[in-house]
Amino acid sequence: MSDHWWGMLIDIPKCIGCGNCVRACAMENDVPDGHFRTWVERYHVSDEDMTNPEVISPDGGKEGFPVAEEDSKKYFFVPKMCNHCADSPCTQVCPVGATFVAPDGVVLVDPKYCLGCAYCVQACPYGCRYIHPVKEVADKCTLCYHRITKGLTTACCESCPTGARQLVDLKDPKDPIHEFLKTHPVQVLKPQMATGAKAFYNGLDGSVR
Amino acid sequence: MSVFKDAGHLFRFAGLFVLAFLLFLVIRHFVVPPSFGQYGHYRGAAMGEIAARPVKFAGHETCEACHSDVADAKKAGKHAHVNCEACHEPQEKHATSDDPSATKPPLPDSAVLCVRCHTASAAKPKGFPQVNPAEHSNGMPCDTCHKPHNPGMDAGGPK
Repeated sequence: MSDHWWGMLIDIPKCIGCGNCVRACAMENDVPDGHFRTWVERYHVSDEDMTNPEVISPDGGKEGFPVAEEDSKKYFFVPKMCNHCADSPCTQVCPVGATFVAPDGVVLVDPKYCLGCAYCVQACPYGCRYIHPVKEVADKCTLCYHRITKGLTTACCESCPTGARQLVDLKDPKDPIHEFLKTHPVQVLKPQMATGAKAFYNGLDGSVR
Repeated sequence: MSVFKDAGHLFRFAGLFVLAFLLFLVIRHFVVPPSFGQYGHYRGAAMGEIAARPVKFAGHETCEACHSDVADAKKAGKHAHVNCEACHEPQEKHATSDDPSATKPPLPDSAVLCVRCHTASAAKPKGFPQVNPAEHSNGMPCDTCHKPHNPGMDAGGPK
């Protein structure tokens, strides 16, 4: 039906928590202050309690993170965004057909059809949706649909200085990311939810929720 | 004797149902957008509308079409894969302007820009170059010693 099947690769060992992606996303998509289509979390896993990490994300990591002093604890950054699930819970609960998985695998919201009931905001297991405070409709990452349909990459990928985020076309056999996906142990968030998430994480720690 | 004798009220009742159904079809025709159901249970035209939103980040290929000198300078250094707009902010207006010099982006302040990535923190990946800005440069701007497009010290000092 479509020549593309879009996803995202997020390489955790490369993320430095600079917040470039969060700022770029806000600029590209006019994301209102205090709401995020993408954000970065910093995990802090202590030796004593491996399963309950301390997670911070000041203003979504937009202006970076406070300096972490050297200690024996495990630290890493996890950029988060819409996972563009193939079997998306958010689209299943929409009572009016305002949110859907496009034929190229991108989960979109039709702002002209959305009632703003926020069922989808509650249904998303990843917390990726919000109600736009001015438009009063559900809003979320469009995987920069206005860019990828023109052959550009997303704003977050374009501005990531370390290449920690890469747009993937899972239908394009020439996409170099395929080789990466084949040769690295990648994982999706909350695989037990069976959402068919297409945001693949490399180096994902078990403590990430 | 007809079986339909005294059944007139039933036909009138059935007629009402048919009328109501026709009315439903007419209303439905006007309230459902034409492209609804084109691909699935949603308005197909929404995809085109979302795809038509304006682009703000021009993309490094667009920048490099004119600024090939900078692209060449970057190629040799550690910032080779840092895209232009990661530091210079979105420049679609500059790129598509008839007079690009009128929409020239301001030079980034290296004291803010560089430390955003390179301030030392235990949370950052160990191999990533990071310094304590106060100790490292004593308040001097980073571009006193490092060329932002090719920051290695062997690249010939200030720009």
